Amino acid sequence: MELTFYIAGAVAVISTVLMLTQMNLVHALLYMIVSLLAVAVDFFVLGAPFAAALEAIVYAGAIMVLFLFVVMMLNIGKHAAETERQWLTPGIWTGPAILAAILIVEVAWLVQGSYAGLGTGATGPKEVGIALFGPYMIGVELASLLLLAGLVGSYHLGIRKTEIPEIQHDTDTDERRADTSGDLVLAGTDRSARTA
Amino acid sequence: MLNAAGLAFVVAGSRWHQADGQVMFVFILAMAAAEVAVGLALVLQIYYRFKSLDVDAISEMRG
Repeated sequence: MELTFYIAGAVAVISTVLMLTQMNLVHALLYMIVSLLAVAVDFFVLGAPFAAALEAIVYAGAIMVLFLFVVMMLNIGKHAAETERQWLTPGIWTGPAILAAILIVEVAWLVQGSYAGLGTGATGPKEVGIALFGPYMIGVELASLLLLAGLVGSYHLGIRKTEIPEIQHDTDTDERRADTSGDLVLAGTDRSARTA
Repeated sequence: MLNAAGLAFVVAGSRWHQADGQVMFVFILAMAAAEVAVGLALVLQIYYRFKSLDVDAISEMRG
């Protein structure tokens, strides 16, 4: 059982080192995903299956995928079309694939046995849930507030201003203000603004 | 770095068989997600305004 811990740790360290030395940004992100999955296997061996599932689902599956979305959307890099062709060569994906295959073999061998955390039991989702709803309830509320702030902040930061012609409200004459033609939104505006 | 701190918390929680380590890991995970969302929104804004992500090219402060 301890051998799987050391193997997953070695995979995490190796993939992190490979991530740091990559020239291409997408390659580095792929190696980062492998590193996060290796740490998830380590959590599983340590007797923290809930943390392992969260690490794989949230960190590797949401945060790193968000990184990949932004990188691929902005087309970072000078020769984007050329790199598109280069991404299909086997030399790119064999490295992360081999390291991920090592992790798959490890998890398959672990699941068929019991996940005793180094011999004396595991703290599963039930204990974590009881702790979250009990002593750490304030922390949960604060975390939800933080996520709300992050949501609103990233929404406002992501707005791109497009050119929308402003409707100039003409309030000089009483005549224009009085004659609304039943449309209180465009009341008092220049007649040419009413297109529909 | 956040992942390394979370690893330390989970290992500590597993050492004494308490759920507190994993609880701290959940909070670190939520914080990392919020930080990544805001940070990537900032990256998008920089790209749309300066048309490049080179940090040296977008230096507008004098002195």
